[in-house]
Amino acid sequence: MTSTDGSESPTAAMTPRRRDRPAPAGTVRRFTRAETWVHRSLAWLMGVCAFTAAALYLPPLAEIVGRRRLVVTVHEWSGILLPVPLVLGLVSRAYRADTSRLGRFFPHDWTWLRIAVRRRRRDSRYAGKFNAGQKLYAAFAVGAILIMIGTGLIMWFPRLSPLVWRTGATFVHDWLALLIAAVIGGHVWLAASDPEARRGLRTGRVSHWWARREHPLWRIEAPAPRTSTRARSAPRSEAPSAPDAPPASGGPDDAGIR
Amino acid sequence: MDNHTADPPAAAPGGDAGPGSRPGREPEQDNEEGRGSPVGRRVVLGMLGLGAVGVGVGGALQGRLDSVLAAVSAKDPTGVTGLLPGGGGFRFYSVSDSIPHRSESDYRLTVGGLVDKPASYRLSDLRALPQTRLVRDVQCVTGWRVPKTAFSGVRLSTLLDAAGVKDPGTAVHFTCFDGVYTESLTLAQARRTDMLVALTMNDKPVTSAHGGPVRLYAAPMYFYKSAKWLSGITVTKKVERGYWENYGYDVDGWVGKSNGRHDAPTS
Repeated sequence: MTSTDGSESPTAAMTPRRRDRPAPAGTVRRFTRAETWVHRSLAWLMGVCAFTAAALYLPPLAEIVGRRRLVVTVHEWSGILLPVPLVLGLVSRAYRADTSRLGRFFPHDWTWLRIAVRRRRRDSRYAGKFNAGQKLYAAFAVGAILIMIGTGLIMWFPRLSPLVWRTGATFVHDWLALLIAAVIGGHVWLAASDPEARRGLRTGRVSHWWARREHPLWRIEAPAPRTSTRARSAPRSEAPSAPDAPPASGGPDDAGIR
Repeated sequence: MDNHTADPPAAAPGGDAGPGSRPGREPEQDNEEGRGSPVGRRVVLGMLGLGAVGVGVGGALQGRLDSVLAAVSAKDPTGVTGLLPGGGGFRFYSVSDSIPHRSESDYRLTVGGLVDKPASYRLSDLRALPQTRLVRDVQCVTGWRVPKTAFSGVRLSTLLDAAGVKDPGTAVHFTCFDGVYTESLTLAQARRTDMLVALTMNDKPVTSAHGGPVRLYAAPMYFYKSAKWLSGITVTKKVERGYWENYGYDVDGWVGKSNGRHDAPTS
């Protein structure tokens, strides 16, 4: 699986090439630099936001950190800036493509979810580029950020709303914060147990074997071909490759998939 | 939740066996072309709806939760419930960078400004004065309330009378040995019988984290009025705004009648 980080045109626009550095053998591009940047910025902002939240909220930490007014200011601004990388990312076509991937469920996603709920396991056979859990996590993150900003603004500018709203906003902000802490904890836990997934977000590339194992329904845009023959570029996997698979040109080959 | 088709694992994942379905193609194809169902959008919109409902009814819900959590946390040896929103107990708020410490030997409370006899009290001096014990709820302006907390100490009026307020004095300004926090009361407010220079909290010396060894306890007001780490009492001509009051908090911080809140009075 040597790779030249394909110079094929279809994905060239989505994949900023670093020509000086040949792509590692046997890897495929999962994220562009724009996408890893979005993730990293969001992670830092969320980290600051969560740490300052903890410093405001947990008495032992508050006693160590103190400086309440400063911490409040940092918390407010790191929170309000959370959507900025998400919005800036939209200039990237790859990012836009991935957001629409994340936002939509296909039948195999429901299967994944059902197996996850009923049998308590993540069945990667039913995963596209993102599995249903990742899709739900992304949607949860967007919803949670919007709610936290909305309720946060109500508390930030207390004179603009009646008291019942402020109490309600505090209620929502506090409890959702606990839920977010738990969900982010799960996110970090899963990331910690999968070095290859982390590598994907660090370098933008993942091993081919990993992509086939964890995201078999993901048609990789720029497969690293061993030969020039497209049909042979399909990696070996447990499932036999389809000899009659149409070329991966994004053509109308999904007639039966709707 | 429309597209919830129940295809068994053996079936082609994602394939609805339409005319174009081919056996064995599924592992090779990105089956995420086409429309799918906009679950992401639904989750986000659903969350926003729930959030709005939560803002609407949260006040009432939290009130009910508070009483449940207070009952639970009273029997919770781990203290975990204290970390839940509204789980009872005090939250630590400090605007300074660390907890300042003063001990028996280096603590001093000065009384000055527009008075006849400025004074400086050591802890033992304060303990020697008549003590008053109050048991009231503590209400923070951010919403949390701790029921039935005992404070005892010297009435503010005792110290003011001992110093002898001069005529132009109409207000009292408080400074703290954290070097940052300040507070103020009008003279009339300061002379109330439920305004204490507190030495104990729940019948133990006030800890450093709670503002010890000496803090103000303004029972009828929101807790930001009860300055921690009290070190100076100055009688002034007019009210000088305190720390939070410079950021918009009400100077007359009566519980239930200020800061746009309607909590039950504490005193």
